[in-house]
Amino acid sequence: MTFAQTFTYWVGGLLTLMIFSFLYKDNPFYKFAEHLFVGVSAAYWMTVAFWSTMVPNMVGAIYPPSMGWFAENQAEAATLMAASSKWWRILPMILGLMMLTRLVPKAAWLSRWPMAFIIGFSAGTNLTRYLQSDFIAQIRSTLIPLLVFDKQGFNLGGSFSNTLLVIGVLSSLIYFFFSKEHKGWFGGTARIGIWVLMVAFGAAFGYTVMARISLLIGRMTFLGNWVGSVF
Amino acid sequence: MRREIPLLITFIVGMALLVAIFIPAEPFPELDSEFSVWFDIIAVFAFFLGAGNLIAVHTDKITRNHQDKFFSMVTLFGFLFTLVVGVFKVGGAPGLQGNYIAEGTWFKLIYDSVFTPLSSTMFSLLAFFVASASYRAFRAKTREATILLVAAFIILVGRTPLGYYLTFWLPEPLQFLHIPTLSAWILSFPNLAGQRAIMIGIALGIISTSLKLILGVERSYLGHEK
Repeated sequence: MTFAQTFTYWVGGLLTLMIFSFLYKDNPFYKFAEHLFVGVSAAYWMTVAFWSTMVPNMVGAIYPPSMGWFAENQAEAATLMAASSKWWRILPMILGLMMLTRLVPKAAWLSRWPMAFIIGFSAGTNLTRYLQSDFIAQIRSTLIPLLVFDKQGFNLGGSFSNTLLVIGVLSSLIYFFFSKEHKGWFGGTARIGIWVLMVAFGAAFGYTVMARISLLIGRMTFLGNWVGSVF
Repeated sequence: MRREIPLLITFIVGMALLVAIFIPAEPFPELDSEFSVWFDIIAVFAFFLGAGNLIAVHTDKITRNHQDKFFSMVTLFGFLFTLVVGVFKVGGAPGLQGNYIAEGTWFKLIYDSVFTPLSSTMFSLLAFFVASASYRAFRAKTREATILLVAAFIILVGRTPLGYYLTFWLPEPLQFLHIPTLSAWILSFPNLAGQRAIMIGIALGIISTSLKLILGVERSYLGHEK
């Protein structure tokens, strides 16, 4: 076993036990692991962002010869250095630096400019994206035949499923409509909508539990491998 | 100027991306991908801002001799050590060349031995809390709670071998009650109906909020100061 594997088993194993110690009660070992996780994960995501976004898309784009210092190999360096400069990437760099003015109270208002760009970009992309994929496409997918016929003739199961789907979507939407009081037929339909939503929440809950348990099994397997590597 | 220019930036950027949908001629199609890169670059600076805050908060705790100052030191040490090791590609190829997360680098070692075990254990810990919370919440007192519980149970059991062994003996006419089949049907129809209604509702909310932001009706992101 290499040094890296041994180190990973021991450090990872001890940190795993420290986190699980919280199941007994809050204690210094858990706090240690928790605080270490905050620091390491912040630095991890910063490093990833630095090398995958800032260096190639900003530094390298503004001044391509700089990629000679950072490229993974000489062939890649030659290709990247030959690219033409995208000098206009100075603009997001300036906006990014303006974001840091939040740390200086007197100049903090300048951070509104990059924030305005982020908001404008998110609004512009989300408006069309959600309109196309989550609104129009979902309505289109709900406009399906209520009576299903196949080669054998009338398909009772398919008809029932499709009718349930259409009624389920309509009744759930009615439940979310709060401009009219939920009384009479409207209230009854909204009640069906709640049942449909409960099935959806139950399915989501089931999937969440399964995902967490599979992670737990993964950690238990890791601990087992760690103990196995010692003996 | 402190409020008008940000409003103008939001309007121009938002409208440019909307126009790009309707006018597929230069420079609009290129604008979408270019703005996406700008967004990523600004987001990296937001990471720096977050790092600045993290350092300020924990340095403050240490200098004020807070009772948890040792843990603040742990956070700062973990942060600065990982950052230096990652940015300078310690243990990797000479200089700053090579992949920052290549095999053999210290950053990769920290990723494997600290980051991955801690993140997956943190999330797996939720399995216990979900179990205890569901025990308290899911006592089938109402019709709605019963429906949720039954759906969750069928989905959970239907995705495991237990679901198969419990009902594989059912005769052909009752095969629709076979738990894996029932689980797949719940996912494909009633669950889809509920999810679809939620998606349509969320989409309507996002579309109206986006329009309000682009047109400057919604200005809360600018804060209250002049």
